Amino acid sequence: MDKSEIKAFIAKRVAKDLKDGDMVNLGIGLPTLVPNFLPEGVHVTLQSENGIIGTGAVTEENKDLIHVIDAGGGAAAVGTGGSFIDSSVSFGLIRGGHVDATILGGLEVDEEGSLSNWIIPGKKMPGMGGAMDLLVGAKNVIVAMEHTAKGAPKILKKCKLPYTAVHCVTKIITEMCVLEVTDKGLVMTEINPEFTVEDVQAVTEATLIISPDLKPM
Amino acid sequence: MAKIIPIEEAVKLIPDGASVMFGGFLGCGSAHKFIDALSKSGVKDLTIIANDGSIPGGPLGEDFYGIAKLIHNKQVKKLIASHVGLNPDVATQSMVDGTLEVVLLPQGSLAEMIRANGAGLGGVLTPTGVGTIIEDSPYCLGKQTINGRDYLLMAPLHADFAVIGGYKIDKAGNVWYKGSTSNFNIVMATAADTVIAEGENIVEVGEIAPEDVRTFGVLVDYIVEGGLN
Repeated sequence: MDKSEIKAFIAKRVAKDLKDGDMVNLGIGLPTLVPNFLPEGVHVTLQSENGIIGTGAVTEENKDLIHVIDAGGGAAAVGTGGSFIDSSVSFGLIRGGHVDATILGGLEVDEEGSLSNWIIPGKKMPGMGGAMDLLVGAKNVIVAMEHTAKGAPKILKKCKLPYTAVHCVTKIITEMCVLEVTDKGLVMTEINPEFTVEDVQAVTEATLIISPDLKPM
Repeated sequence: MAKIIPIEEAVKLIPDGASVMFGGFLGCGSAHKFIDALSKSGVKDLTIIANDGSIPGGPLGEDFYGIAKLIHNKQVKKLIASHVGLNPDVATQSMVDGTLEVVLLPQGSLAEMIRANGAGLGGVLTPTGVGTIIEDSPYCLGKQTINGRDYLLMAPLHADFAVIGGYKIDKAGNVWYKGSTSNFNIVMATAADTVIAEGENIVEVGEIAPEDVRTFGVLVDYIVEGGLN
């Protein structure tokens, strides 16, 4: 798989985890592909933390970059039945557990379900934006990312970079496998048939627990 | 009572070294004409509280959008924000030149810390940031466990000025926001000594239905006429 195929493959698998009626927040990049793959009959309400509940399709007619953007600064629109909210209300919804799922990428994830994705000290300090609140508040935190960074493990025993949040991730979905975060560690529940369990473990620093019910992705 | 004044006059209210909250999210919902005038005023050493460092290229072809103009002009000595990664000037000034101090806070905490000040609260207890380096922030006043869950106590945030951007502002200072522009404007209007509101359109009192007023005229000190450049 090339880079774009990997992204689509991951996004397609993530989409299966969303349920009809969910309110979902998508991080920038790969997560924004997920709505393209929603199963038939599954409709979700997308929240954009800068102030939209229920985003809609951007068209030439409704495009208005001066007044309606998404959290990445791109053109956005509100869908029928949606609403515009302010930042305090938006994060109240997020921290308050009203967001069913947040899907985002990570630099490092560890077997305790902690995630680092906001800062590389001394090198890159973009800021956490809304990520710390989303990780703490959303009912399900799905990390959707490539399994390694150019071959180097990203799924670790313990994150080395400063945490975005601790004990927050519920599931990790990569092009190689699906991992559920449990009290005992990371349980592999699905595997891409192109790989063996040994292949996955070889590029994963955390020790993987293999589900007795392991399924193909 | 809110007073309509020319932008040139409003800009003069802000002295060197002032702390100023600017509404807006990556420039969306910012008071663009006021910021443009401020960027030409020569005022310096500002402490800015804003969601982010805005962006260079704006949607109408501006070289610098929103508060990115003030940062690019080196008028800012401290920036308190949740995200600065889309404005390369921030990294240059803070990490290479060392002329800009940047304080990063979680977006939800930032909004609520501002709201807390405006609502007369002594702080915010939030689970956000527990176990992270936010615990070491000077804006984190401690940690508490309530019903078995850990929370950080975050300080309220206040500023000398709040500069907000609305789509319609009536002559009494009531504000109606279009689209996703309300963002931080709503809380900031409650948390500063002096509130300056820029309206893309200034309308007569009564033209905004009472149910649609999101920032109340009683909070606004000065109104300036904005509109797109």
